[in-house]
Amino acid sequence: MASFFDLKARKAAAANGASSSSEKKATENPRLQPWVEKYRPKTLSDVTAQDHTVTVLQRTLQASNLTGAEKLPHMLFYGPPGTGKTSTILALAKELYGPEMIKSRVLELNASDERGISIVREKVKDFARMQLTNPPPGYKARYPCPPFKIIILDEADSMTQDAQSALRRTMETYSKITRFCLICNYVTRIIDPLASRCSKFRFKSLDQGNAKRRLEDIAKLEDVQIEDGAVDALIRCSDGDLRKAITYLQSAARLVGASSSEDDDADKMDVDNKTITVKIVEDIAGVIPDATIQKLVKAMRSRDTYRAVASVVEDLVADGWSAGQTMMQLNQAIIYDETIPDVQKNRIVGVFSEVDKRLVNGAEEHLAILDLALRISKIMAGR
Amino acid sequence: MALIVDKHRPKSLDDLTYHDELSSRLHSLAQCGDFPHILVYGPSGAGKKTRVVATLKELFGPGVDKIKIDARVFQTSSNRKLEFNIVASVYHLEITPSDVGNYDRVVVQDLLKEVAQTQQVDQAAKQKFKVVVINEAENLTRDAQAALRRTMEKYSPNLRLILLANSISNIIAPIRSRTLLIRVAAPTHDNICKVLAASAKKEGWPVVPGLHKRIAEESKRNLRRALLMYEAVHSQNEKVTDTTPIPPPDWEVLIGQIANEVVNDRTPARILAVRAQFYDLLTHCIPATTIIKTLAFKLVELVDDDLKGDVILHAATYESRIKEGTKVIFHLEAFVVKFMKILEEYLMAMDM
Repeated sequence: MASFFDLKARKAAAANGASSSSEKKATENPRLQPWVEKYRPKTLSDVTAQDHTVTVLQRTLQASNLTGAEKLPHMLFYGPPGTGKTSTILALAKELYGPEMIKSRVLELNASDERGISIVREKVKDFARMQLTNPPPGYKARYPCPPFKIIILDEADSMTQDAQSALRRTMETYSKITRFCLICNYVTRIIDPLASRCSKFRFKSLDQGNAKRRLEDIAKLEDVQIEDGAVDALIRCSDGDLRKAITYLQSAARLVGASSSEDDDADKMDVDNKTITVKIVEDIAGVIPDATIQKLVKAMRSRDTYRAVASVVEDLVADGWSAGQTMMQLNQAIIYDETIPDVQKNRIVGVFSEVDKRLVNGAEEHLAILDLALRISKIMAGR
Repeated sequence: MALIVDKHRPKSLDDLTYHDELSSRLHSLAQCGDFPHILVYGPSGAGKKTRVVATLKELFGPGVDKIKIDARVFQTSSNRKLEFNIVASVYHLEITPSDVGNYDRVVVQDLLKEVAQTQQVDQAAKQKFKVVVINEAENLTRDAQAALRRTMEKYSPNLRLILLANSISNIIAPIRSRTLLIRVAAPTHDNICKVLAASAKKEGWPVVPGLHKRIAEESKRNLRRALLMYEAVHSQNEKVTDTTPIPPPDWEVLIGQIANEVVNDRTPARILAVRAQFYDLLTHCIPATTIIKTLAFKLVELVDDDLKGDVILHAATYESRIKEGTKVIFHLEAFVVKFMKILEEYLMAMDM
């Protein structure tokens, strides 16, 4: 039953059963694995940049070692995506239970699993009230194996209100043998009764230094040549989201063909001169080149506004740049432009918000962007 | 006889005429064995589909050309039956989930799961995975996209997705971060001229550079439209020269006519006439968004510079209301009335 819940075990079983040559599969798998999974922190101390949370957790870990149980509270992790929330709890679980017990002691559910009220009532409740199995002899010396199970509800903010309220009593009733860990981006979407039952940990977005170090490590381990500014570009394009940055890095590596080496022998032969450049990174992230945005800004300031703006916008749309990205970068360009007086900026931001809402509702991109540009230029001209 | 758009469509990556860098990237991706999920985006007529088909051919060989059309029936949770057409070869499937509107989640979940759980039977196949091409991915509902998210990770040994979209604004971030984004920009005017010249050579038509240039400009960097126009010009004229007129589509003529009339005659009677014309367009399946956009650009050309910004502003406003509202004719009319009002006010102010 427990292994049914564990995705990794199921995946492994599926892979073994499915492929006729399981050996070949085994050699192939690590290469095909996304780097995000491959380089997930293995232990709590590997988790970068969340010092506060990690120290608190480590302290509770040691404390629970001494007294046995009851020290680890229910937890609520919140913070922007890609800051290591899931990684932290998985690393903690690994340190607590070790590879063998983790299957029977941890239940992980995320938003893509069906998670209506019925699931909370059945799956979660069943798992929560299951009695603990004893660790094999000698196992306890290596891993603390505290006498409780952990249920991880990833992306808990996308659970319905009903499903959340169904959790309330469950959390209390089985608190002797079960700990919950809720993970979400927006703490406000968690209903108050649940939030008050948990101790909250805020994950701040990664600072530049840590993210850079991590990316450089991965690049080195994967034998990817990377240009000087490219790492900075990765960080810039992913705005503090390390997962996004790593995915971009992997995509970039695939594009330049650096990771196509089959095994170690080929690896040495495959040291070609293909490096990841800033341009490739920006290409993958769908970032519009600065020159294009500057051209648009310039057009908005020119005298014959309509014709200039219309032609730039037409090119922008024909080149396939997405409207959302255009707006974001244009916004940056204008907000940091000190030659525009604050009063005008106020009005410009209002225009941005209105056009953004329209785009979300599915408005035509060409018209929306053209409208945006013309309205901004009108405001900047002081009319 | 096939249209030249189809007849001269490049069949392999080497035949592609522009975006050489992109072609070589696709080539190396197809060769390296570690093919990622791909999201191809760009304006229509830029050659997204052509590139995807060529990449599939590179991946699997000529087998992908043997396609058949399957009609499948899916059942929704409320026991409604949905019919759904799938274009399939031994190696890939092509679906347009937005055909079934709000029920696309059911299709995406059922179909992909089914594909992912079956192994590639053909032992001689070059790749172990199957590819599912999803057209019009930007029209997928949020639910369907969320369903894709987990599927992409879970079944990655057996399944690769290629998503085609006009814009990535409506694609949720988790999908974007799981796919390799490939942008296909529209061809430049020179690119289009070259393609037209190449087609002319294949058809045995004379190469007329002046005409090609005009078609390229007229097509607004949409290669498909350019080729169709080119064929139309040839089918309507025995001899083509640099000055041969390019026949615009009749709906565009009608919208141009509306624009002219609205500018010249700003009376309630005209509104009534315009309404009839709008209905005419709508019954011929011209999307309201296209109507309002074309009309706005035609009107902009006819009014003074001071008014241009306002015309676009109102066009954008009413266009977005079309998306939110239910009955498009109200918003089309409202736009026309609004336009008449601002033009009238502007002219009055000039007279004063």
